[in-house]
Amino acid sequence: MTTLAIQMTGIDKRFAAVQANRGASLEVAKGEIHALMGENGAGKSTLVKILAGLQPPDAGQFFVDGREVTGWTTPQALTAGVAMVHQHFMLVPTLTVAENVVLGREPTHGLRLDRQAAVQAVRDLCQSSGLQVDPNRLVADLSVGEAQRVEILKVLYRGAQVLLLDEPTAVLSPPEVAELWGVLRRLQQGGATIVLISHKLDEVMAISQRVTVMRQGQTVQVLDTAQTTAAELARAMVGRDVDLDVQRPENQAGKPLLRVTQLQVQGSRGQPALLGLDLTIHAGEILGIAGVEGNGQSELLDALAGLRPYQGSIKLADQELATLSLSQRTQAGLAHVPEDRHQRALILDYSVADNLILGKLAEFSRRGVLDQRAIAAHAAELIAEYDIRPTDPQVPVRGLSGGNQQKVVLARELSRSFKVLLAAQPTRGVDVGAIEFIHARLRQARAQGKGVLLVSSELREILTLSDRIAVLYRGRIVAMLPRAQASESVLGAYMTGAAQAVTHG
Amino acid sequence: MARTAWIEMLFPPLVALLVALVAGDLLILAYGQNPAAVWHLLVDGTWGNFYGIGQVLYKATTLCFTGLSVAIALRAGLFNVGAEGQLAAGGFGAGLAGLLLPATMPWFFAFMLMFLAAALCGSAVAAVPGVLKARFGAHEVIATIMMNFMVLALLNYLVAAHLHTPETLHTQSIASGLVPRLSVLLPVFHGSAANWLIVLAILAALLVGVVLFASRFGFELRAVGLQVGAAENAGISVGSTWIRAMLLAGALAGLGGLNFVLGYKGFYEDGFAGGAGFLGIAVALVGRNHPLGVVISALCFATLSQGGLAIHALVPKQMVEVLQALVILAVAMAVPEVRTRLARSVRGKP
Ligand SMILES: Nc1ncnc2c1ncn2[C@@H]1O[C@H](COP(=O)(O)OP(=O)(O)OP(=O)(O)O)[C@@H](O)[C@H]1O
Ligand SMILES: [Mg+2]
Repeated sequence: MTTLAIQMTGIDKRFAAVQANRGASLEVAKGEIHALMGENGAGKSTLVKILAGLQPPDAGQFFVDGREVTGWTTPQALTAGVAMVHQHFMLVPTLTVAENVVLGREPTHGLRLDRQAAVQAVRDLCQSSGLQVDPNRLVADLSVGEAQRVEILKVLYRGAQVLLLDEPTAVLSPPEVAELWGVLRRLQQGGATIVLISHKLDEVMAISQRVTVMRQGQTVQVLDTAQTTAAELARAMVGRDVDLDVQRPENQAGKPLLRVTQLQVQGSRGQPALLGLDLTIHAGEILGIAGVEGNGQSELLDALAGLRPYQGSIKLADQELATLSLSQRTQAGLAHVPEDRHQRALILDYSVADNLILGKLAEFSRRGVLDQRAIAAHAAELIAEYDIRPTDPQVPVRGLSGGNQQKVVLARELSRSFKVLLAAQPTRGVDVGAIEFIHARLRQARAQGKGVLLVSSELREILTLSDRIAVLYRGRIVAMLPRAQASESVLGAYMTGAAQAVTHG
Repeated sequence: MARTAWIEMLFPPLVALLVALVAGDLLILAYGQNPAAVWHLLVDGTWGNFYGIGQVLYKATTLCFTGLSVAIALRAGLFNVGAEGQLAAGGFGAGLAGLLLPATMPWFFAFMLMFLAAALCGSAVAAVPGVLKARFGAHEVIATIMMNFMVLALLNYLVAAHLHTPETLHTQSIASGLVPRLSVLLPVFHGSAANWLIVLAILAALLVGVVLFASRFGFELRAVGLQVGAAENAGISVGSTWIRAMLLAGALAGLGGLNFVLGYKGFYEDGFAGGAGFLGIAVALVGRNHPLGVVISALCFATLSQGGLAIHALVPKQMVEVLQALVILAVAMAVPEVRTRLARSVRGKP
């Protein structure tokens, strides 16, 4: 750990009224896996984007291998060997994996793309990095985890020595996460340096050598992972103790609220995705859905929310939902935190205040005219309650950090008067403090006799919150377990199809 | 935030002005004329005397309506290329209603009936692409272009074959409900076609502003235009919002037809729209789809088009058309969405 791969000092970056970075610094040793942590809006993504040349800073310096980098553009950073693995995948779906990887730096044969050379180059890269993707597959057919591998291959192909990953595991299932760790370790052995942003304490503890903690745009602490604990990290981030494994009081599940019988749904490519699914959510119950992504979770949520046609029956408090429009479903008592925040949940160019009234317009308009005063009051209340930053209700949601965007969605949905909440990845991208708060809110809803359907790729989250857990595997519920009989290993066995179908309770 | 929003708002029009000046200079030099003399003539012939001002105001009135029509549709995410046909249909509706109404009908009722006829005819023409889009996902650009062809041909046939006064391509004069010219109260405008419908245009801009930014419908309409998926998820009916946006857009363009029929000639004449509907697209883009911006940009385009006549002595008036085309291109580049899209394709990212 003698030479520094990355040294950033005195980085300032301002967005209109928000100071995203103020004198932030980051030092990463060569060949190290370095985690960057901090509350939502602390300025992590901004700092990393500056490092990758995606945004110019207002002030500050940065050195790669001891040499100063100026210019702050992507090509300049790339020449220095620094590249970002994009989170919102920027791949061309109609091209193959190999074509995507070489795009922009194609091996050519005269004027034409040398396809074989491209495929071979990708094979070689897969070999050396341990990433597994078929170079000839179409990107459109890849899972999220595979698309991420292609993004990594892309930066490796361009010769990056320093890889920047912004919350890479947020969209991955547990086995995919394990695979990613394998790849990162292998790259590290090959001499690569990795900077990783994550909110997940156990991940950071498992993979990193050092951790930089940011708060309000500043670097507040640098810790050796071996010398610290998850609890200490949490305290460094939010400035207080955080307890994510709260004891769940025993619940008395009430009458059935949402009854799904023989549900059959097709996936987006017309394939059968749910093959006759039965489940019931009771009043005062959190029902967790565990499963590897792509086993029917999205289709189940879409069908319940009214975004996808289905066969079978879905009854909310004895009312069949099939013929109800989306707004009628909301009136019937359904709230929905969608999986895809940017496409489904938010209007990025609308202000925070306006996003908070989506789906509640009837409450906030009189004779067709919006009640601006009520909208402002509503926004002020929710911004304070959910600690959304910045606190200005008029900023466009586009300018919010990922975690704060998620808080806007949760604040809106949880503040509805609902009977059943469909919560897909409710804590994706939010910091530990906010996770604690959101979990408390979900438990509160349960205590008030509401029903919650929780879909999460985090087994820990499902295990801490749920009263019952259903495991979805290939479009069927292969196990329905009371919390007491579930554990990570039991669920894992069902999720991978290793255990046979059973139903308890 | 507010400051950057204003810069984004003002940037395209300023670019447009700059491009117009520079490109104009070059064009004039190419014709071997002195730019200063030509610009002087242009200003003199438009804002330099009351007749010129009146003509600019008259042209701006129609452009304001068609600009608002394109703008409100764009806010809903629809590219209304059909304002030309909607404008013609609106004018025809008013002209036809005028022929059918008894000459003795009081002014107010006659005007209101022709007003409604213009709005309804414009809406009817715009409804077709709206419904096709909402029901079958047909692309509105193609549907509105087709409607333009159909409507313009149909109106041409009706007037030429059935409704014209002999030797002309216009209908007979309307007896009641005509809108007086500005010169009736303000004699300085004598001779110009400017009329009191300009007040209606300003009221329309105000109304569009209120609808877009203060009403529930406007909130839903903009939401659909910005992020269809999220709007749908919020329970907003996307299809019905599209249809309503097109109805409103058609009504606005249709009302633009009153300016010629009731404010200027007193009858419907084939081909009166003369491209004012298409120019509405440029007006909306330069005005950033904001009602206030549309009013200002309508005045600018009206000045250019009137100025073209004034400079005819020194350079061909087609120069102004070339200039307008350049302005439209420059603005299209200056609009942020277009800019980011271009920048992305240059960087090779989809
Ligand atoms: N493009 C932008 N326009 C305006 N403000 C922005 C922009 N990008 C970031 N910000 C602001 O800068 C601050 C830091 O944002 P950043 O995305 O770096 O946070 P973060 O630490 O990555 O948070 P999270 O954990 O939620 O992803 C936030 O308050 C955010 O609102
Ligand atoms: Mg971030």
